[in-house]
Amino acid sequence: MATLIKERRIVADSWQLLERGSKGELPEVPARGDVIIPLALWLARRDELLSRAGTGTLGVWLDANEGPEALDGDVQRFPLIAVNFPKFGDGRGYSIARLLRERYGYKGELRAIGDVLHDHLYFMEQCGFDAFALREDQDAQEALSAFDTFSDSYQTTVLRPVPLFRRRLAAGKT
Amino acid sequence: MYRYDEIDQKLVDERVVQFRDQTKRFLAGKLSEDEFRALRLRNGLYIQRYAPMLRIAIPYGLLSTKQLRKLAQITGKYDRGYGHFSTRQNLQLNWPKLERVPDILAELATVQMHAIQTSGNSFRNITTDHFAGVAQDEIVDSFVWCEVIRQWSTFHPEFSYLPRKFKFAVNGAKADRAAVAVHDIGLHALKDEKGEVGFRVLVGGGLGRTPAIGFVIREFLPWRHLLTYIEAILRVYNRYGRRDNIHKARIKILVKERGPEKFREEVDAEWAHLKDGPATLIAEEIARIESRFTRPNYLKLPATDVGLEAALAADRAFANWHKRNVHPHKKPGYAAVTLSLKKTGVPPGDVTVEQMEKIADLADRYSFGELRVSHEQNLIFADVQLADLHSLWQEVAALGFATPNVGLLTNIICCPGGDFCSLANAKSIPVAEAIQQRFDDLDYLHDIGEIDLNISGCMNACGHHHVGHIGILGVDKSGEEWYQIEVGGNQGEVRSGRGASLGKVIGPSFARAEIPDVIEKLIECYLARRDSDAERFIDVVHRIGVEPFKESVYGNADQRAAHRRGQLAAA
Repeated sequence: MATLIKERRIVADSWQLLERGSKGELPEVPARGDVIIPLALWLARRDELLSRAGTGTLGVWLDANEGPEALDGDVQRFPLIAVNFPKFGDGRGYSIARLLRERYGYKGELRAIGDVLHDHLYFMEQCGFDAFALREDQDAQEALSAFDTFSDSYQTTVLRPVPLFRRRLAAGKT
Repeated sequence: MYRYDEIDQKLVDERVVQFRDQTKRFLAGKLSEDEFRALRLRNGLYIQRYAPMLRIAIPYGLLSTKQLRKLAQITGKYDRGYGHFSTRQNLQLNWPKLERVPDILAELATVQMHAIQTSGNSFRNITTDHFAGVAQDEIVDSFVWCEVIRQWSTFHPEFSYLPRKFKFAVNGAKADRAAVAVHDIGLHALKDEKGEVGFRVLVGGGLGRTPAIGFVIREFLPWRHLLTYIEAILRVYNRYGRRDNIHKARIKILVKERGPEKFREEVDAEWAHLKDGPATLIAEEIARIESRFTRPNYLKLPATDVGLEAALAADRAFANWHKRNVHPHKKPGYAAVTLSLKKTGVPPGDVTVEQMEKIADLADRYSFGELRVSHEQNLIFADVQLADLHSLWQEVAALGFATPNVGLLTNIICCPGGDFCSLANAKSIPVAEAIQQRFDDLDYLHDIGEIDLNISGCMNACGHHHVGHIGILGVDKSGEEWYQIEVGGNQGEVRSGRGASLGKVIGPSFARAEIPDVIEKLIECYLARRDSDAERFIDVVHRIGVEPFKESVYGNADQRAAHRRGQLAAA
């Protein structure tokens, strides 16, 4: 099983990730437990899942070709949203994360799933992920150091919403 | 030179630490080939045909002599004694050892250099006009804007895994010497009627296997909005650019598939959320970056120099060089000088360690300790006193860099080709050399006048063959090297009225030995048909079309048909 890092600590994971079946059929939602369902399932059965979402045990995951637009006003219903990285070189998830945090104001757990590797954690965290389901072969203890790869960034990021040039200016004035 | 502050330096140092760790984990078997590949490419490290190749960034082509000396030292210590200046204004080393690359990066960091994002599916080194800051037709100093964008694009967390590489060019003068129309994004600086700086933004241009001229997505983007607007473009590209097919992954394909208008709407919709946000630029930041650039301490000089005039009258070789390799300067009494790296018999762009050191000495003595690399693979001394030109010429000539061919046929842009590169279909350097040998008569070269001849060893087009007035492309035909000829390409509006265009293939390809003859026929065709010697090769192609050039090489339509029948009969 993949190791979970949350808020820079290795933690136990109570959530079960539900995927489509081998023929693409949508999974069944078990009656109990914390489950992360595919976006398509939420969209197909939203009305009946609303009450489950109200219990705080329903998360949703987006694939790289999906976006927060599809969740519309439902974003805040989920204590957990996961974004899949089908391959480590596929950078779409970074944009999805920023949009969820910056545009949709999502405050819950934002989890990177799929091909999640040591060398991408720094960028992922800057874009707003706070939980990382590491690929099974990764050394989680070693990976914890990756969050501090760079001590600053030039850009506007979720962790540093004020870009460096404005902070430089403010520091110069004090 | 832009001088790093503590934060700039720290980020580059941290990059070295990161890559040292990644290399260590790779060598320990903790990173797969595939995973390490993506990481090393972001640090300019390729595994090439015979050895690794390291591409060192020279941001927007600007280099101090201290940096050049460090490059020379690195080239001597870790490589075989010579480097190659590329069309992206970078320096490539062809023989470094993989396990030594972290040490090379550490040495580079001591002179505020790096190899960040010089390869891979990332935002690459920004290129610009090699006369930035000194051009008489300057609108803005494009170096300042390049640095603004360099910082924004360095380790951008959201855009570090784009669908494909991303090339960005900025032009700050009236003439376009940065080829902005053949970049993923190109900026052309403008001033509005109030004198406010803004940019015409082009998107979706590029060379490679699907060449395209960029379309103007915005006529005038006020400078404050530069970063938020680029961010909107990059976000649309990052989310929707194709990732299923490497050959369809550049932004030009997305623009084409969406259609320019639809693409613009999507960008505008995204921008509506980002516009006026925290990434909106402020005047203090532009002033801060401007102030971190070293500026030459120019003397107040007369616009002409008596000694120079006398030397020009007395020395024809000097006058020839002055005509081609000396360029006007915005400060009276100064000129910019091109050191041609296009001497016959030397691979275009190649420089040895000893030459680098001597060039650094000359730049210290003649040009305020700085120089530039041009995308035409030459070196530029931007700030030379007119009174020093004659002695500089003598010293440059002694080094073999005074070939008076800038803008002429033998100033060939050429990729490393099959001699070095694992992607190449064919060699390119021997083709350049054969053409240079054929056209070695200087009077004839000057008579032919301005012409760009570009050679690429494969359709990835590192030698920019699509935008050469004559372009040569190496192709593979069942294991043999052949060469296709294009005419009519143009890199951009260097002269007003003639914008960027892509060349057209004139017909079936040739064996390498035939190329000098073919070029000679094209040139003869041009000379016979030009109105005057003011009408350049490219102007004639656009006036009369490609057909006469085709005929000059392959014969007229009847002759071509007869030839084909003969070939069929023989087969």
